[in-house]
Parts: sequence; C-alpha cells; structure tokens
Amino acid sequence: MADTINMPKLGFDMAEGTLIRWVKQVGETINKGEVLAEIETDKATVEVESSASGIVLQHIVDQGTVVPVNAPIAVIGQAGEKIEREFLADPERTASAESPKSTTPLPAIQNAGPLADLSAMPGSMQAALMDGPSRVKASPLARKFARERRMDLSRIQGTGPGGRIVRKDIEAALAPGGTQSVDRGSQTLVHGLSSTILQTPDDKAVPTTKLRQAIGRRLVESKQTIPHFYVTHEYKMDSLLEIRKQLIEYLPENEKISVNDFLLKATALTLRQFPNLNASIRGNEVIHFGHINIGVAVTVAGGLLTIVVKDADQKSLRQISSEVKAMAGRAREGKVKSEDVEGSTFSTSNLGMYDVEEFIAIINPPEAAILAVGSAREVPVVENGTIKAGWRMKATISVDHRISDGAEAAQFMQGLAGFLENPARLLL
Amino acid sequence: MSKITMREAISQALMEEMDRDAAVFIMGEEVGVWGGTYAVTKGFYDKYGPARIKDTPIAENAIIGAAIGAAMVGQRPVAELMTINFAFSAMDYIVNQAAKLRYMFGGQFTLPLVIRAVGGGGRQLGATHSQTPDAIFAHFPGRRVVSPGTPEDAKGLLKTAIRSDDPILFIEHATMYQVRGEVPEGEYVIPIGKSKIQRAGRDLTIITYCKGLELSFKAAEELSKEGIEAEIVDLRTLRPLDMEPVLSSFMKTNRAIVVEEGWKSFGIGSEVASRIYEQAFDFVDAPILRVAQKEVPLPYNRTLEQAALPQVADITAAAREVLK
Repeated sequence: MADTINMPKLGFDMAEGTLIRWVKQVGETINKGEVLAEIETDKATVEVESSASGIVLQHIVDQGTVVPVNAPIAVIGQAGEKIEREFLADPERTASAESPKSTTPLPAIQNAGPLADLSAMPGSMQAALMDGPSRVKASPLARKFARERRMDLSRIQGTGPGGRIVRKDIEAALAPGGTQSVDRGSQTLVHGLSSTILQTPDDKAVPTTKLRQAIGRRLVESKQTIPHFYVTHEYKMDSLLEIRKQLIEYLPENEKISVNDFLLKATALTLRQFPNLNASIRGNEVIHFGHINIGVAVTVAGGLLTIVVKDADQKSLRQISSEVKAMAGRAREGKVKSEDVEGSTFSTSNLGMYDVEEFIAIINPPEAAILAVGSAREVPVVENGTIKAGWRMKATISVDHRISDGAEAAQFMQGLAGFLENPARLLL
Repeated sequence: MSKITMREAISQALMEEMDRDAAVFIMGEEVGVWGGTYAVTKGFYDKYGPARIKDTPIAENAIIGAAIGAAMVGQRPVAELMTINFAFSAMDYIVNQAAKLRYMFGGQFTLPLVIRAVGGGGRQLGATHSQTPDAIFAHFPGRRVVSPGTPEDAKGLLKTAIRSDDPILFIEHATMYQVRGEVPEGEYVIPIGKSKIQRAGRDLTIITYCKGLELSFKAAEELSKEGIEAEIVDLRTLRPLDMEPVLSSFMKTNRAIVVEEGWKSFGIGSEVASRIYEQAFDFVDAPILRVAQKEVPLPYNRTLEQAALPQVADITAAAREVLK
C-alpha cells in the first residue's frame, strides 16, 4: 500500500511550511530516511526525510506552495501502484489539516505546546521544536480564555488535578505580576509604529522572511513581558588568548578552537554553580533545568538562529568546537537540523569578531538569561599602579528580574571570570 | 406566605382543582376510605364521595388503563400509584398507550391524565419498593415527567398538570411529605418545563431535583461555612428538560455536580452533564461530577440503605472535588 508523506511539524508554533524544492522527482526511487524535499519554516530551511521506501508516485503540492502541517505532500509506493483517492490533494482536506490564518498570526495559540511534564520541558524557543502530539492539559474554559487573550498556555502553571490549567491559573497569569502579559499589546504596538512610516517614491518595501517575522514576534514578546536587567563585567583575557595560541598550534586548520568555544565551556561550567540562571519561570515557580544546553546565536541569511550545544558543561573544548562548527555550517547553508536548534537553556551572543566593545542582548524566552559578548581588545590597563597593555573583553548578561537579581547576576559574572581568567580550568 | 407541608400542598392542589373542575377525579389504591397511603387524600372521600374518589383493586394496569380511557372521553383523572415501583405492572399503559395515543391518533383527542406516583428510598421498604426509576420514564417522549422538591412547586406544578391536556407523570418522594415550605396564599400555578434557581451562589452549580434538592440545600449550608457558595438549580421537570437556568448558572460558575437519588448509570445526571458538555463546552473548567445512588438494589438494612443512598456528605465531597 502506498504511504503519504505529510508536512512535518517542526515546532510547536509551526503551523505551515513552504515546500521550496522537491529533491526526489516523481518516478525516482527513495529509501526511508532519504531526503524527499526541502521546506522553509519560520525558523529555517529544513530537509524532509521520507518515512517510507519505494517510488515517488506523486507530488501532491507544487514547489512554492505553503502547506499546513500534517497535510499530505507526496505519495510513496510501488511502481504501477494505484493511488488511493484519499491521498489525492483536495482543498478541503488540506485546509482542515491545521488551518493557519496567515493574515492574523496568533503565535500564542500556535505556541500551545506541552510543558506540563517538567522532565520534558524544553529550554528555549527552539526547544519547543519537534514538539509532537503531546498537549497542555487545560480545561476547555482555560483554553477559550487563552485563545481570546492570545496567551501561551505552555507558559502557564496548571494548579488543577494532574496539573490541569484551569480558569484561576489564567487569571493569576493575567494579574499584575503574573507570568503572562497579553500579546495584544505587542500587536498594537507593532501596528502603531508601522503606521507612522511616511513613504516616498524612493523608498523600497522589502518583504521580511519568515525567520525575521518569527524573531520579531519572539523578541517583542520577550522585551514586553520580561523585565530585563543588565550586568556588565570586564574580563582579563591575556591568559586565555595565550593558552589558545598554544593549543591551536597542535590542531589542524579546520579544527582550531575559537575564543567563543572557550567562552561556551566557561559559561556552561559557571552555570553549574548558578542553576537559577539556567532556568525558566513558569507561574509561581522557577524551573531549574537538569541540563546545561548553551545556545549560540549564528547569523544566517534573513536573520539569526540559535544553535545549541547540549550538555556543554560535560564536553571538551574540541568537542564543543567541532559541534559548533558543524551546526553553524548547516545553519548558514539553510540545512539546519531541528535538533541543532532545540533545547537551549541559556543563550549566548558573541559579536567579538566585529570589534564591538560591548552590547546587550534580548532574552530568548523562555530562558532566564542571555550573555552578550564583545571583542577581546588590547587596551591600557592599570596593574599595581602601572599602566600597561592588556587584553580585555567585556560581556553583559541580561537577566529576567522575575527570576533573579543583580547580585546573583554579578556573582555569575565573577564566576565566569574564574574560568576565563584561569583558562587551564577549561582544559580539565 | 404560609409554611405548610408537602403533603398539605399536594392535597390543596388536588382539592382546589377538584373544586374548580367537575371533570377532575381521583382513583387509586386506598385513596378513598383510607385517605391515601400517605394521607394526601384524607377527607376527600367524605367531601367528594365515591364517584370522584375511586378506590381501585390492586391492579396498576387496570388503574392506568381505566384512567387513560376516562381521559380519552373528556374526564380529567388523577391516577395514584401507591409507589412508582408498581408502575412497572402498568408499563405498557404508561409507555405504549399514554405516551403515544395522541401522537398515533393524529391528535383527534386530548389525554388530560395525571399519574401521581410515589418514589424514592430511605424508609426500609426493600429493594423492590424503594426505587427511583425517574430516568426510565423521562427517557420516553410523549409524556411529561414532573418531580418537585418544595411544597410551593408541588402545589403549583400539580395544578398545572391537572389542567394540562397531555399525560403527565407526577413523581413525589416518600420521605418528603413532612417537608415544610412557604407557599403563596391563594390561587397560583407554575409552568411545567421550567427549571429554577433555588439558591444563588457563585462557586459551583448543583443541579438536582426532588429529594436531591433537600439534600443539596443542606450541603450548600455546610459548604457555605467553608466559604463555598453553591448555586442550586432545581430541574422540577425532567421532560421536557429546561437547561436554560442550568447553562446560565454553569457559564457563571464553570463547575457543576448533578445530584439525583436514582442510580448513576444512564441517569438524570448523565443527561444533564452531557448537555452541559454539548452546549457549554468552552465554559467547562473541571469535569462535571454525578452524585447518585450506589449501583446495587437498595438494601433493606437501615445502615446499608443509607450507605447506598446519596447523602449530604457525598454532595459536599463532590463539590470540594469539583472545585479542586
């Protein structure tokens, strides 16, 4: 019997994907696991692997078509096999799959993923990817409230039996000091801003990519709902740069360890001592993640992606380095795998290569904090009353004030110094 | 307003309607000389005589069959079943005849028949004489089923039932004849097919009727001490079932329990809960719970009988559960 291949759901807020390119044409043989097509989602261009082996009997949709998740895109079967009628594309079937209203995106609803099970709780916006069929336990009334108020149920703590989200949880979340403000505000704001643009004939409208739109939605939500505060620290980088110089002598060109790799390892090790910053707030509790997965912002065409080094505190510098290289490469080529971008618990953004003294980053929800790293620069420093040249690097942590305070953030930054300024610890 | 018993209220309704309309007459076992098993028709025999207060043989099919015939030719019989458990002996007349005659004969005649039946457990009458089979009768279209929980409603609804041109089963509860309640002075009637909010509250909705109302009032008082304010909706009529006050209350409280004396399976609570889920799904904040009789034939032993019947504590426990 023939199998259909459906538009995969690659994230809990993914409602549709654009079929960019058919890799296997009708009539070609395909094995299970081979790439059938490429799709573009909010986040990235992703390869769709075939879940069946056989001959590509039919492409149900054309290249360039926007397809709702779970709607069929192709039929795989045996040569000469008759395609059953139910597989044939019909607009109703396609529309009913999970119809997105593209004109009025409702990110909050589409975000309604599962976080009921703490052990399965993902740590970042990408963590929500690959969510699958599990669901938030919420009463019908709570769902209706959330729908009307465009709230993200997955970020609400349920207090009903079995963790069910009930009306009072929604009300608590909406109350001043609750975890959820309403997305409505951001919508209004966005529209309000755009209406003030005066256009002249010399101006040019450039359509934004889905990735850009997703970033926009996420960060508007983050900046509006999370009370950020910032702590900046300057690190002495002389030892680290020296030790790196020695190390890379022994490594082949394509395996050279970067300053950022050191930084990732140092951050991960420091986070072990600061579980409150490797965390997420949910209702009246803070979830301390059991793993330390460091997100690394990577510039890609049309925006940025956060690739994730899982369990970075347990990996060697070389391992971190090679993983980052591989994932960043895939991200830049638009071939990122979903596991590359899922599960981060703490994010970093490094603009060091652009000669940036310092900058601040916006928290990547639902994480507790993000570290923004500037360039290591040779500057005049005062040591024991003498001015001399030294290498310094500034980094700024942005922290969710609902979770932590300045003192803890400052201690974290000091803790980070303990590793960056004694880099031998990172080699252990 | 005067405070009278359920017995007096029903008695008054019967007497007022007999005085008002000479076509109204009463028939049943022991209703005449003895004055009724529950003394509802005490004094009627002396007042109205054997032509209008008819003692019958112990043959329920004959009572209902004769009453149907009388109703078809223009009389307004009030047939009494000493207990609703005996209705099973007259099931064909109640279900196949009374409920369908107007329909099958194209409305050529009216059927102004009231069957008064006494149901419910709690008096140690054993498994066959203590049942609450209301749901069975409410299941069949073609006949209204009324079951009041207060003297005021009993009087007003029975008067309406007697004036109705359709067959009506009027279910009373064996342990409620002594229940006292305020009844308006003078003539009044209450429409059949209207549920009523008997107690206002904000935290949960208790839907009930008949004996369940009495228990629910007590439960609501206990809950009130804990700060839980239950709104009680009294169905009063099981068919047709008026969901409007139920739904408007539920849309306010979002949580409900249904209390009935009959068995839980396939019962009134199942019907009410289903309708809420169908018609107010988006207002459901917790599963609707049913408080009902344990799924056994009602025991004779007093302790066991009480254990099988729904109690105030069952209602308060369900209320707390549904509010979790």
